[in-house]
Amino acid sequence: MDNRPQWGTRAGFILAAVGSAVGLGNIWRFPATAYENGGGAFFLPYLFALLTAGIPILILEFTIGHKYRGSAPMSYSRLNRGTEWIGWWQVAISFVISTYYAVIIAWAMAYAVFSFNLNWGEDTGGFLFGNYLNLAESPGQVGSLVPSVFIPLVIVWLVTLGVLVAGVKKGIEVANKIFIPALVVMFLIIVIRALTLEGALAGLDTFFKPDWSQIANGKVWVAAYGQIFFSLSIAFAIMITYSSYLPKKSDITNNAFITGFSNSAFEVLAGIGVFSALGFMAAQQGVPVEEVVSAGVGLAFVVFPQIINELPALNGLFGFLFFTCLVFAGLSSLISIVETFVAGIQEKFNVSRTKSVLIGGGISSLISILFATQGGLYFLDAADHFINQFGIALAGLVEVVVIAWVLREVKNLQQHANDVSDIQLGAWWRICLSIITPLVLGYMMFDNLRTELSEPYGGYPTGFLISYGWLVAAGAIIVGILFSLKKNANASANKEVS
Amino acid sequence: MSTSAIVMMIVGIGVIWGGLAASVVHAVKKAREAK
Repeated sequence: MDNRPQWGTRAGFILAAVGSAVGLGNIWRFPATAYENGGGAFFLPYLFALLTAGIPILILEFTIGHKYRGSAPMSYSRLNRGTEWIGWWQVAISFVISTYYAVIIAWAMAYAVFSFNLNWGEDTGGFLFGNYLNLAESPGQVGSLVPSVFIPLVIVWLVTLGVLVAGVKKGIEVANKIFIPALVVMFLIIVIRALTLEGALAGLDTFFKPDWSQIANGKVWVAAYGQIFFSLSIAFAIMITYSSYLPKKSDITNNAFITGFSNSAFEVLAGIGVFSALGFMAAQQGVPVEEVVSAGVGLAFVVFPQIINELPALNGLFGFLFFTCLVFAGLSSLISIVETFVAGIQEKFNVSRTKSVLIGGGISSLISILFATQGGLYFLDAADHFINQFGIALAGLVEVVVIAWVLREVKNLQQHANDVSDIQLGAWWRICLSIITPLVLGYMMFDNLRTELSEPYGGYPTGFLISYGWLVAAGAIIVGILFSLKKNANASANKEVS
Repeated sequence: MSTSAIVMMIVGIGVIWGGLAASVVHAVKKAREAK
């Protein structure tokens, strides 16, 4: 009898998958990426990337998880014994991401509290880097622990591990049924408020105005594929793990369409909210919107506090809503990231779920303390850049090349997906996976490598980038290989279950 | 807002949110048929 935990409902699975995909990047990466790559014209390559890479890879990973019914390493192992290392590599990538992602959620949690009194004052950049993070003078210095980061970090880990100990149905599913609707409602309130602010239309014009001359630029297409790829939680073991908890009679293809479109729908909503707010800020400062556009940590923790300061009323409330949105979006993603190695450890070492959560989550939470020190932001920036560019992107490329060209399993997986799904996959899916995705990801890797070698990332010293960037990305592959060499504690674990 | 920006906003939102709505409606329809 199959005693694998299962989602209680189809909606529960979809909300968990959407919760994983919708993360901090949707709010702080997509709006600026779209603006920098042709504005409204960016939607063309973006939609093309969603339909030719994002959704096809989602379908692939949902199918692998559903067919082989195991964590990512176990599923890969059942696909072919020689590919277990890809699963562990992806799990190792998730492990690295979990260590610093939790810290960013901790910042957002602290800022949600700061919102009530607008503690950041007028100099929001000075507050973030000086008062709050107490940033070390140069990269590589660890410095002392920052209590105002460490305390919310402990809370983030307690919530995450608590949810995971409760299990798939009572923990992850319930948490996402709370987080995602709450996130959407809160974010809609923010977007509606932002749309009614002075200057919002100028912001929207900046965001949506198409620059068609950019369409012929290859970098715009790479940016579109990168955005789709990094925001959908693909190629780092999450979607395989989540879909392994689907009941045997479950639709795969339409679930992937719903997840992919939901993620993009939230990104567009975020673009509207962010650029309306930026338009307001530009109007207040009497400068063009182009001058206030930013992304990432700077957008969320420097620019948004400035916008909140300038709101005509209810500043504290809207600040609290914005940072709580970041907390909810981040937590639902972090839960999925940690679940990958919880499931992997549990199956490999044949231990209970609680033990696996305590071991995997415990080690990750201990390492995350490094990012709660004065030098944390530098370590985080380097690790995030390299694990994305040379971890996720490379793992995605290896995944599609191995499955499509080495094992030639695409047709078998297509058959499995078609057997259980309403929407039937045709040749278009095989072409997307076998040709378009490898070509685009291959070019992305080549381009990333060329850029990296021509100028060191972020102007950091080479030694620092080697230790906390290159070695972290390479370490994930080595750990993947080493784990795959270890024999499973459960001898019957590798048997085919489909 | 310029006309081109309005057009792109409608097209972008229409295709993405329309795609989401169509996928959800399809899932609901199939679930009802299965009952």
